[in-house]
Amino acid sequence: MITVTVRYFAALRERRGLETELMQTSETTTIGRLYAQIFPPGPDGALPVAYAQNHVRVPGATPLADGDEVAFLPPLGGG
Amino acid sequence: MFGLQEGPIDVATVRRAVSNPRFGAILVFEGVTRDNFDGREVAQLAYEAYPEMAIPALEAIGQQIAERWPGAKCAIVHRVGICPVEEASVVIAVGTPHRPACYQASRFALEELKAQVPIWKKEIYADGSAWKANTST
Repeated sequence: MITVTVRYFAALRERRGLETELMQTSETTTIGRLYAQIFPPGPDGALPVAYAQNHVRVPGATPLADGDEVAFLPPLGGG
Repeated sequence: MFGLQEGPIDVATVRRAVSNPRFGAILVFEGVTRDNFDGREVAQLAYEAYPEMAIPALEAIGQQIAERWPGAKCAIVHRVGICPVEEASVVIAVGTPHRPACYQASRFALEELKAQVPIWKKEIYADGSAWKANTST
């Protein structure tokens, strides 16, 4: 097992009720799979997100490593 | 100057960050909270950022501007937390030797910010709220 820090923002922060948490997951988990575990798609499907690993955007198929900081970025609204 | 800030943004400070005797043009753009969206009355906006990604992303916009418009300088400050109606959520200052590049670079900075910088906006109405994503328009 590995431990990653997960950061939540905006709608996902509200849905999870947390800004951050430590999560244990298997070495074979990808960042996209972790998202689907934490936020199982509802009747309307999953909120489309971008993935960030250690502050860098990565594809959903990216494997995770112990100590990673993981974030799921909902559609952006700056400006 | 590239940053996130709670509370009102001082426009003069952002402008000063790009001031240079070589420049013939400085544009200061303010994105401002509007009191309505799709016919619904907006009381205020709340912005949230992922600072560890947002600040490098703002700096990257400044680098792209310096590469695309040689000699140009850019400063961007985005507000986080509550932003009341009529107050600026973002201030972008661009300075260039000549005017055409200044207009182009200012627009580029805002569009890149909307597309790339991890910042989120919640519209707060009299009777509820909703997270709003940017569109391409």
